[in-house]
Amino acid sequence: MYTDIWLVADKDLRIEWRSRVALSQILPFALTVLVLFGFALNANREVLTAATSGLFWLTVLFVAVVAVQRSTAIETADGARRALLLAGIEPSSVFVGKALAIAVQVLGVEILMVGGVLVFYGATVESFPLLLATCVVATLAIAASGTLLGALVAGVRARETVLPILLLPLLAPVLIAASRAFDDALGVLAVDGWAWLGLLAGFGVVNALLGTLAYGPLLEET
Amino acid sequence: MSIVALRDAVVLLGRFPALSGVDLEVDAAEIVLLQGPNGAGKSTLLRFCAGLLRPHSGSAVVLGHDLRESRPAVRRSVGLLGHDTALYDDLTVTENLQFLARASRIEPEEVGSALDRLGVSARLRDVVVGRLSAGQRRRVALAGVALRRPELWLLDEPHAGLDQGGRDLVDGLVAEAAADGATVLVASHDLDRALDLATRRVSVVGGTVTPDAVGGAGIVDPLGLSSRQER
Repeated sequence: MYTDIWLVADKDLRIEWRSRVALSQILPFALTVLVLFGFALNANREVLTAATSGLFWLTVLFVAVVAVQRSTAIETADGARRALLLAGIEPSSVFVGKALAIAVQVLGVEILMVGGVLVFYGATVESFPLLLATCVVATLAIAASGTLLGALVAGVRARETVLPILLLPLLAPVLIAASRAFDDALGVLAVDGWAWLGLLAGFGVVNALLGTLAYGPLLEET
Repeated sequence: MSIVALRDAVVLLGRFPALSGVDLEVDAAEIVLLQGPNGAGKSTLLRFCAGLLRPHSGSAVVLGHDLRESRPAVRRSVGLLGHDTALYDDLTVTENLQFLARASRIEPEEVGSALDRLGVSARLRDVVVGRLSAGQRRRVALAGVALRRPELWLLDEPHAGLDQGGRDLVDGLVAEAAADGATVLVASHDLDRALDLATRRVSVVGGTVTPDAVGGAGIVDPLGLSSRQER
């Protein structure tokens, strides 16, 4: 199973590295959104600092939509998904492999975005462990939900527009919980960030389990 | 034992009956040509035999596995060349086949010999598939089928887009596979070539396979698609 997971993740990451979409499109997109939020809030440091967590995770959701769309497109182009089915890889391994590849890309963008909010918004970090743990757990939850939904809409003709309509509301719990945990990590609000992180982890586990179980039938039927 | 045994099989694509009342029996080492007009159901029949579609009703057994229950087992033992090549554009030729090899638990070292068999030159092997011509892609996809050494080859227009040399290679590959005991179902509009290759042919019309005869005698050709004399 681990061999297949790595095989799928390696394949997706190799394709992304070669197409340079994450580097040349997703990352500039994310940084542009962060800067535009700054313009929209009149570059008011006080407001920006207070809103940093929400703006950060909202941008991450936009990034995730693009990453999931790319991941889905890899398998729908030229019937490539058929190769996965015929090769006999367990669908649960495909799910985990694809989710891991998305997570690596989104996490990479997040790390650079953290630098962005520190510079552009003047944010300061009070708890690095909480900040790092939030990034990792939220990213895994996003990747699990996105991969599952990507498979669900793979057979839909207008999947590029349907995916964000479905994915963004589905990820609302991640936006809320990750923003609160970040508020604590950045010292913006006096909340229990670790408790919010627990909620985030619960959401991630549920979606990961759902994905592991449902990905096979979805792969077959779409 | 029949490699393919379909009895009154019905396959729905959505609510549309893409195949209805299909009866087909194919024995080991046969090369069966599926002929019929566009949209007759040839490609659907191949995908069905590959375990990619579920039977709505009737009985369907491929390689000893019931398509109602054991489609993953069927998929692992067949090689399907469809209209699309099922290759990743941003991976090189070698990377594509190595991925397939590893996923199918085949030694990656065998990729080279599979590409050799399809005449894919060394200079193309490190080129990303997205930069290949349609014919070159087709050769790589066929190399992927050959790499798996399937018991059942399902080839949808295998000659399409290939030059003369490529077509000869395909014919050689199919003949070699059948000589090794594999069974081949091939859908083709290139009847001159396909008839030279096939040991039997059946007609697919309106999602139904017409009764066929074994061994070349009494071959059914209701559409008169071929004016050739039978061998």
